[in-house]
This record gives sequence, C-alpha cells and structure tokens, in this order.
Amino acid sequence: MSAATPQGVTPYYFVPSPSRHPAMAAFGLFLVILGAGQWINGADWGKWSLAAGLLVWLSTLYFWFRDAIGESESGLYSERVDASYRWSMSWFIFSEVMFFAAFFGALYWARVFAIPMLGDLDHQVLWPDFRAVWPSVSPGATASPADIVEPFRIMGPWPIPTINTCILLTSGATLTIAHHAVIANERSKAILWMWITVALGITFVGFQAYEYIHAYRDLNLKLSSGIYGSTFFLLTGFHGFHVFVGMLMLVFITLRLMKGHFTPERHFGFEGAAWYWHFVDVVWLGLYFLVYWL
Amino acid sequence: AAAAGDLPGGPKNNQLDLHDPVTRIASDIQVLHYFMLVVCVVIFVAVFGVMFYSIFKHRKSRGAKPANFHESVIVEIAWTIVPFAIVIVMGMAATRTVVAMKDTSNADLTIKTTGYQWKWGYDYLKGEGEGIGFMSTLDVSQRLLSDQAKPAGDNYLLKVDNPLVVPVNKKIRIITTANDVIHAWMVPAFAVKQDAIPGFVRDAWFRAEKTGDFYGQCVELCGKEHAYMPIHVKVVSQAEYTAWVDSKKKEIAAKADDPSKTWTLDELITRGQKVYAANCAVCHKPDGSGAGPIKALDGSAVVKDADKLKEIGIVLNGKGGMPAWKTLSDTELAAVISYTKNAWSNKTNQIVQPADVVAARK
Amino acid sequence: MSAVLPPHAAHDHDHAHDHHDHHAPHGWRRWLFATNHKDIGTMYLLFSFAMLMIGGVLALCIRAELFQPGLQFFNPELFNSFTTMHGLIMVFGAIMPAFVGFANWMIPLQIGASDMAFARMNNLSFWLLIPAATMLVASFFMPGGAPAAGWTLYAPLTLQMGPSMDAGIFAMHIMGASSIMGSINIIVTILNMRAPGMTLMKMPLFAWTWLITAYLLIAVMPVLAGAITMTLTDRHFGTSFFSPAGGGDPVMYQHIFWFFGHPEVYIMILPAFGIVSAIIPAFARKRLFGYTSMVYATASIAILSFIVWAHHMYVTGMPVTGQLFFMYATMLIAVPTGVKIFNWIATMWRGSMTFETPMLFAIGFLFVFTMGGFTGLILAMAPIDIQLQDTYYVVAHFHYVLVAGSLYALFAGVYYWGPKWTGVMYSEVRGKIHFWGSLIFFNVTFFPMHFLGLAGMPRRYADYPLQFTDFNALATIGAFGFGLMQVYFFLFVCVPMMRGKGEPAPQKPWEAAEGLEWEIPSPAPFHTFETPPKLDATATKVIG
Ligand code: HEA
Ligand code: HEA
Ligand code: CUA
Ligand SMILES: [Cu+2]
Repeated sequence: MSAATPQGVTPYYFVPSPSRHPAMAAFGLFLVILGAGQWINGADWGKWSLAAGLLVWLSTLYFWFRDAIGESESGLYSERVDASYRWSMSWFIFSEVMFFAAFFGALYWARVFAIPMLGDLDHQVLWPDFRAVWPSVSPGATASPADIVEPFRIMGPWPIPTINTCILLTSGATLTIAHHAVIANERSKAILWMWITVALGITFVGFQAYEYIHAYRDLNLKLSSGIYGSTFFLLTGFHGFHVFVGMLMLVFITLRLMKGHFTPERHFGFEGAAWYWHFVDVVWLGLYFLVYWL
Repeated sequence: AAAAGDLPGGPKNNQLDLHDPVTRIASDIQVLHYFMLVVCVVIFVAVFGVMFYSIFKHRKSRGAKPANFHESVIVEIAWTIVPFAIVIVMGMAATRTVVAMKDTSNADLTIKTTGYQWKWGYDYLKGEGEGIGFMSTLDVSQRLLSDQAKPAGDNYLLKVDNPLVVPVNKKIRIITTANDVIHAWMVPAFAVKQDAIPGFVRDAWFRAEKTGDFYGQCVELCGKEHAYMPIHVKVVSQAEYTAWVDSKKKEIAAKADDPSKTWTLDELITRGQKVYAANCAVCHKPDGSGAGPIKALDGSAVVKDADKLKEIGIVLNGKGGMPAWKTLSDTELAAVISYTKNAWSNKTNQIVQPADVVAARK
Repeated sequence: MSAVLPPHAAHDHDHAHDHHDHHAPHGWRRWLFATNHKDIGTMYLLFSFAMLMIGGVLALCIRAELFQPGLQFFNPELFNSFTTMHGLIMVFGAIMPAFVGFANWMIPLQIGASDMAFARMNNLSFWLLIPAATMLVASFFMPGGAPAAGWTLYAPLTLQMGPSMDAGIFAMHIMGASSIMGSINIIVTILNMRAPGMTLMKMPLFAWTWLITAYLLIAVMPVLAGAITMTLTDRHFGTSFFSPAGGGDPVMYQHIFWFFGHPEVYIMILPAFGIVSAIIPAFARKRLFGYTSMVYATASIAILSFIVWAHHMYVTGMPVTGQLFFMYATMLIAVPTGVKIFNWIATMWRGSMTFETPMLFAIGFLFVFTMGGFTGLILAMAPIDIQLQDTYYVVAHFHYVLVAGSLYALFAGVYYWGPKWTGVMYSEVRGKIHFWGSLIFFNVTFFPMHFLGLAGMPRRYADYPLQFTDFNALATIGAFGFGLMQVYFFLFVCVPMMRGKGEPAPQKPWEAAEGLEWEIPSPAPFHTFETPPKLDATATKVIG
C-alpha cells in the first residue's frame, strides 16, 4: 500500500509498495527464453526449462493480478488510476496492431512485389519454370520458384472462415449486450451473455483448430508450403492465439462478475477485455478479406 | 606492417576523397559530393560562427545580461523555409543522376555476376564473349598472409585469379544475383555498387572511359570470409578484348571435360590440387590442417573412409559452415576428392571418378 | 536517499541520509522488489553503463584488430560476432535503457507526479533487461559463437547462424517487451499524472520528447518483433518468408527491419534533444527560444521517420521512383532538425552564459551532432550513398550522431541532474577533463573514418588493403583514448558521487535552471509529490 496514505482512504494516486512479482515474472521469462532457445536446437532439457518458466510466469501473473484486483476492490484506485488503465490498454492494443502490421506487411510485399518479380522476364534466368500467380500454386506452374514445395491446395473462405466471421461478429454483439447489462446493473444477465460470448470464442478456436487439421491432412497445406503457407499460418496462427488470450480474459472477467466485482460506473477490467476482444475481431475481418478472399 | 604504394584503380595511401572517376556517373557523383560538401560546410560555418560569436560575446564573465526574448514567428518561419529550399535544391541536383544510374537499357555487353560464399562467378550472357563463364577468387597466398598477420603488396586482398575483363567505352550491364546470402558488387571507380540477392536479379551499368585495372570488394556482410572476396575488373581496348574472348573460348573448349571419361589417379591428383588451391585452401588450409571450427582434412575419418560417398556427399551438399560445391564440374569434384584422399598423410590410394560424382548427384 | 550508494557495500544502508524517511525498503529487496521510480531509474542507469562498458570493450577489440592490417588477434568469424554484438549491445543495452533511466528519474519529478503510473510494471520493464542481456552476452559461449550477422540481422545470413541466433532473437523479444511496457508507462505517466496546472504546452521539453519517443517505440518495437519472429520460423519451422526458393524475399526482411530501424535511430536521439533543451536555457540564463516550434519540430521528425526507411536500401535495387521518394523524404528531416539547432543557438544568443560541464557537453553535442547530421544528409543523396553505402563513411556518420549525439547528451544529463540524484556536486575540474578528453579522442577516432569510407573501405571487415593502414591506426589510438576517458568518468566522477563524496549539492545548483525538479531537496527524497503540488502560472514553481 502506498506508504503515506492512511487506511480506508482512496489515495490521490495509488503507488504500490515493493513487490516480488516483477522480478519473478522476469525470472520466469528468463527460463522461457533459455528453454525455448535450447529446445528448438535439439537440447532436450530445454522443454523442461520452458515449462518451468511458463509455470513461474503464469503463476506470478495470477498472484499479481489477484493483488491488483484486491487493491481495486478495496477502493485504492482513484479515478486517475482508472484513467491510467484505460490509456495503457489503448496503447497496448496499438502495439498489437503494429505487430500484426508486420505480418500483413509481409503478405502485401510477397503478393505485390516479391512474387511478381520472381516471375518476371528478368528472373527467368534463375527460375525458368516459375509463373507469378497467387496463391503460389496453379496448374502449369511450379508451386515455388525452386519447386521445393509439395503441391497443396489453398484454404478458401468457404465454409469455415465465413462461419467463423459470423461467430466473431456475433460475439462482439453479445459482449456489447453484456456490457449494457453491467451498466444497467443487471448482473445475472451480464453473466449469461458473457458466457455466451465465451462459448462463441471457444467455438471459433475449435473451428480454427479443425481448419488446421484439415489443412495439414487433406490439403497438404503446411507451414512449409512456401510463402503462401508461411503467411497463412503465421497470420491466422497469431490471430488464433490472440483469440485464445482474449477468451481467457473474458473468462476471468466473467468469474469476477460472478464474484460480485465491478459497478455500473467502474468496470475497467470488463472494458479492457472487451476492447481487446473487439480488436481481435477487427484483425479477423482484415484476415478474412486479405487472406481468404483476395 | 609493410608499407605499400598507391594502387592505380584501387585505393591510394591515405586517400581523402572518392576514387578517381572512370565513368561519367562516377564524375557526376564526385561533383555532387563536392557540391554537398561545400553547401554543408558553408551552413556549418555560418551556424557555428553565430554560436561561437555568441559564446564569446554573451558570456556571464564578460558581464552579459540575459535578454528576454524567446519567440519570433518571423524568424522561425524564415529558418524553416530557407533550409526547405536548400534541401529541395539538393534533391533536384541529384535527380538526374539517380535516373541515369538506373537506365540499364541498350547495353553492349551483359554480364551476370553471382556472389558465392566467398567468391564471384561471372557469366557473359549477351554481346561479344557470350557463353564465357568463370569464377574469380582471392589469391590464396594473400589469404594466408592475412592469417599470418604479414600483409604485403600494393594489391593486398585485391588480387584474384581471374579478373573480369571488359572492353573500354562500351556500356556494360551487370546483372547481380547470389547463390547463398546477400553480397554486394562494388567498383568505386565506376560508381557501381549493387547488392547481389539470392533468388533475385538486380542490375547496374557502367561505361569505363579508361583502360586499366580497377578494384573493389564485397560490401555486404556475407559471413566469415566477407573481407576476402575482392573484385578486379580489367578494362581493355576493343582489340585486346576480342583476343581475350578468343583465347578464353578455346580454353573453355579444352577444359570441357567429358564426365564419362576415366582418369588415372595421378591425373586426378594433379588436377585436384589446382581445384583445391582455388576453392578449398582458403578454409581448410593448403596443408589440409583446417582451423578452429573448420575441420582438418589431413587425417580426417570422413576423407579416409572407404565409402567414397561420404566425402562426395559432404562436398556436394555442404554441411554446417561448409558450403555446397554443386557448381563445380563433375570432373573437378572427382579430382579434388581424389586429391584429398591421397594428399598429405591420407595415402588411401582411393580413386573417385567423375562417374561416381554423376551418380551421387542424382 | 535516492541514488547514493553507501561507502562500503551496496546492500548496506547509509543511515546518515535516511533519517527523514523510514519507509524506504532496505537491502537487496529495495532493488529487486522496487516500485520506486528513482530506484528503478538508478538501476536502469547503472545497467546501461555496464552495457556501455561491455559494448565498449567489444569496440576496442574491433579497433585492436583493425589497428594493423592482417589478422592479429581474432579470426574473422569472431570479429563479425564482435561487430554484431557491439552494435546490439550499444543500441539495445546502453543507449536506450540509459534514456529510460533518465525518464524514470526525471519525468515524475518534472511533471509533479508521485511516481510512474504503473510502478510494478516499471520494475518488470527493468528486470526483463537482465535475462535479455544475460542471453545476449552468454551467446558468445554457445556452440558456433555469438550471432555474426550484423546488428541489422539480415536474412538469409541469419539463417546460417548457430543456436546463439535463437537466443539472440528471444533476447530481443524480451527487450522489445520491456521497451513497450516502459513506453506505455511513460506515456500514461505524462498524459495522466501531471500536476494540476502543468498543461501539455508548459511541460519541460524532456517530457515532450519522451512522449513522442515512447509513441515511436510502441509503433516500431512490435514490427521488429515480427521481423525476427519470421526469422525464427524460417530457421526452425520451415516457413519461407525470406527464402526465394519458396517464394519469399530477403529484401522483405530489410523493409520490415528498417521500418523499425529508422525510427529507432530517432528513438535514440529525441530524448537527447530533450536533455539539451533543458540544459542550454539553464546556462544561458534565458528561456528556451521557440518552445512551441520545438514541440512541433520533434513531432515532425517522428512522423517523417516513418517514411524514410529505404534510405538504408538504395543499393538493394529499388525502382527510380522509390529512390527519389526516399531521397527527398529523408532530406526533409534536415528541416525540423535544423529548426531545433537554430532554436538552441537563438537561446544562447544574448544570454548570459557560463560553461559548467553540462553546458560544455551540450555545446559539444550541438557542434558534433550537426556534423553527423550533415554526413547523414550527404548519405541521403542516393547517388552519393551508392558510393558510400556499407563503407566506413556510414560508420563515421552514425557514431557522430550516436556517440557525439546520444552519448554526449547522456553525459550532459548526468552532470546536470546528478547532484539532484545523489545530493553531491561533481568535481568541475574532473568534468572538464572528461569533456575535453572525450571530445578530442572522439574526433581522433571517428573523423578519419570519413576518409576511409570515401576511399571505399567496407565496414564489417576484419582485414583491409594496406592503403587504409594509417587512418585505421589513428582511429584505434583514438578509440583507446576515448575508452580511457569513460573509465575516468566512472571512477572519478560517478563513483565519488554515488558514494556521497564531494560538496553537498544545494536544492538548485544551477542559477537559472527551471522546473519542478529543483523545487525539492537534493538528494531527491524517496517519495516526492505524493499529493499534487500547486503550481505557479508558468508551471515551473511550486507555490503550495
Ligand atoms: C541517433 C541516431 C541517428 C540520427 C539522429 C541520424 C540522422 C540522420 N541520418 Fe543516419 N544512421 C544512423 C543513426 C542516425 N542517423 C545509423 C545507426 C545508421 C546506420 C545503420 C546501419 O546500417 O548499421 C544510419 C545510416 C544512415 C543512412 C544510410 C547509410 C547507408 O547505410 O548507406 C542514411 C542515408 O540517408 C542516413 C541519413 C540520416 C539523415 C538525413 C539524418 C538526419 O536526421 C540528420 C538531420 C540533421 C542535420 C541535417 C544537421 C542540422 C541541420 C541544420 C543545421 C539545418 C540546416 C541544414 C540544411 C538545410 C542542409 N543515416
Ligand atoms: C549506439 C551506440 C554506439 C556507441 C556508443 C558506439 C561506440 C563505439 N563504437 Fe560503435 N557501432 C554501433 C553503435 C555504437 N558504437 C553500431 C550500431 C555499429 C554497427 C554494428 C554493425 O555493423 O552491425 C557500430 C560499429 C562500430 C564499428 C565498425 C565495426 C565494423 O564495421 O566492423 C567500429 C569500428 O571502429 C566501432 C567503434 C566504436 C568505438 C571505438 C566506440 C567507443 O565510443 C566506445 C567507447 C567505450 C569504451 C571503450 C568502454 C569503456 C572502457 C572500458 C570498459 C575499459 C577498457 C578501456 C581501455 C583499456 C582503454 N563501432
Ligand atoms: Cu560477399 Cu561480403
Ligand atoms: Cu535511417
């Protein structure tokens, strides 16, 4: 607790007392990167370090958030702290947007510049059999300049991606209903709609997993399927991961709702998770058009 | 270290400026550089003249009292507009040259240069000499001098076995590409510098106005021997060029080995020694002793193994830091492998024929 | 008791300075579990200095090898590792964390906030640097040696590197996470925690430049993370982002990298502009000229920095229009930067100047940074750059802006605010020795590199033709001299201050310094502005 503030009074700005969480989290991440770096290079102990690190990190996050929620619920957070959280969440989402921008940028570069260049007249010196088409498979052309990619079929927008689009859009709506319920102080209604949202999220992830199995098993579409496979899996994969994280956020928020947290006026935790969910939603729309349709 | 003289076409001792230009573009660039230098120095002197005047005049120890002003929209606008104008003038001065440098059309001669770790390959694609192709590698003795920290010679690190030969006053289009990682082909006297990117082709051009030898080096970090893949361009008169093309063609015809031919061990060893010196000795050392992470060949289990395919496989496909040598001919590979199997203390008496390599390639 | 380290052991506590504050936590917990912006700032500064030393020793290894032609000490692979790790450690380990350390210490004080907005996350940002730095340095001991693909980590050379490359990639992910969290913290602190009356346009410029820097960081660090993630999947999971055989493109890496990389260099200079903007008015005894235009100029530099990245790629073979666009856009940056230079000089004009060490470093900064800026402009001109790209001219350019720019401003800041941190004045004589020694040796080191570059000596070379010998020898001598000056700075300026040896600093050691940091005692007490101060109309004085 902030040193100078007497008990029971909301301080002007809450400054936490020393905490072991940050150092623990950093230590956990150290084990993670140490393990991951070694594991992918064949050292077997790497995976144990990775697992231990994740455990340390996740449990630290759990206790850290528990502390923060405790502080919030005991009224230590002033309006200003609330505003800080809003700002921080917005900037965090901006950083996520830029992360996806790198991969969308890669897709754009590959389609608009790299592939056409590889197939143009000058490059026939190097790749006489390659034809510049996207996706980089089509009849009569090698699937990649050096023909190192096994033939594969592409993932069209129909039916799963379209269903998933509907699911995500619906989940945005159900989340908004829940939000209005929180504002109207109708707690049980809010909880119900939250669980519906979570269920939609789970369905989305499930469909996505199914789609990947389908891709690997039936379409022979893999991470190693040239630039198409690379961009397809990294874009949809990182998005799927973000959906998963967003879904966890929603679950925790719902549990907090059930514990009686949040008031109609003050429910930043709820809103933060909701913003994140909408962000994930918007990224999906981008994916849906750029990856599946175009 | 040993002192050296100036190297015509290469760096001069304690050179202060760009290389003496040998192409129009290079002299344009030199002029542009002088122009920039003058403008920048003038601005610099003016700006810091004011500052130092102020530092001497407006110091407290001389009793200066601080004035009160801290804003003036007019001044601010002025010193935004003026630099803006200067910058635009600078840009316009360069635009013509940018466009000219990119105009690679209507070349008399087109040469493809391929960057390898760590040498250059040249293929004459179009124009007189079409069909000629060869590798250009740093002289091994210089590489050894470097290791021994005994550098010597005006052309230290710039001497290659086969320079690129081009005629004077002809537009030469250089197409660059690479085999493994990015390299960059540079000859300062021509003002040519172009990345050589694996899987892609890029081009640049020059029209040398003088005959002579001109030097450059690889300028994109390409691994451990990055400092050891120089470029040497020999610009010769049209007549000399035609003669060179003739002799080169004959040489190539003579060298075009039939991979189905069977050789004797001695023939292979003699041939292999040359191949070894040109390609392998840089890393594995002439005495086959290797260095650090680079495996010794002398006494190596793989080299001495009775199963010839082991060594053939590694030489063909590479392994770890060892590059793949697919680009050498079957005969060259057979020769060099036979050589290593019999050189130094490896007296295995094994013989690898070109046919073995042909088989292993499949 | 802030940054004063006790005389004997760092974990022991110096009670002499501590009687007024019993809340300060004790021992190692104080640092490991810190939530105090001043303590975290101190840790950042010490960390970055340690990294400067490591990066500096690597630089000296480079220079030692290049003292004479021929390979004297290191094999070329190790040399490339040195170059790579020198660049990475200096950029991500020394310069950036040093500015974050300044931000931690000064921004809450300057805007009248009690601490950073997220005190615990602040500590996480710092402690993440330790694993990252450990991984980076440890990579020298991994099989195959440290990454040797240059700090730019160009594909496909990175695809050939050993396991240390993955360690490096993960380390950079972690450092990126640290930077993003740090930036969010700084932005939120500035936007949300200013004392009443401290309007944005009354904020000290250091806060402004950091606000904009933090925005740049949040915009580009994730892009770097994306680029190296693609490298990682290309290395291990069979993707072909950068491999043309599968339809990818190595040049794509460069575009993504430099989209990060160019704003990155302004990330390393904008806070320096902020520091200089605080120091020059203080010692000219005159208000900063053109405050508003300074803010706008900083913002313009930041915005322009997003559209100039390909000036690092003129020789990759861009279409004419691309080269022209990037050439003009790059040159435009000279305009707002010029505005800043002119404003500083106008601030000095008809002031009443004294030349204590902070001012000397600030003037040194102006003078030498501008030289680096001009060589930047020369490089921006595409045809000239095609002659100079990847030669020592570029090395000269960026050390002029990074060492004489960022590092000098950091030194200036240490001298200027050090008394506030430690409660002790540095020795003016020693400060001047440090300044003049650094200035002279800096130029001896890096000025000859311009000539080497013009004559065509490529960078990242372990050995060179004999004609380049003399200038290289000169540069090496300068480098060792410059290094010694920094050791001198640490031993004879920093250490005494940290131990509290020297004249006690008054609350406001500089006659005409302005700002809230001078409204509190020296050394700054553990907690400050726990309730927001009342400010006067200029927001530089506390009135209640
Ligand atoms: C702090 C870091 C920093 C800063 C501030 C700058 C500032 C600038 N840089 Fe630099 N740069 C680097 C760090 C930095 N750079 C690094 C690290 C690299 C190499 C990366 C690598 O490859 O490893 C690099 C490389 C680099 C290149 C690529 C070179 C190459 O690889 O071929 C170019 C080319 O355009 C360039 C240009 C510029 C320009 C135009 C500026 C401008 O911002 C400068 C503006 C300032 C002025 C111009 C001076 C003051 C102005 C006036 C007094 C006004 C009046 C002037 C006129 C009207 C002319 N830089
Ligand atoms: C960001 C800031 C930064 C800083 C501060 C420096 C500081 C220095 N740099 Fe750095 N440099 C870079 C960033 C920086 N550099 C980057 C980004 C590259 C490109 C990398 C790449 O190509 O990938 C580079 C590349 C680079 C090269 C080119 C290498 C090559 O192309 O092969 C050289 C060569 O001289 C060099 C030299 C120096 C020197 C002498 C210093 C000095 O200023 C250092 C001074 C400090 C010390 C010396 C430490 C203190 C002393 C001790 C701890 C005790 C020991 C001292 C003695 C006994 C004297 N640097
Ligand atoms: Cu090839 Cu450097
Ligand atoms: Cu740049």
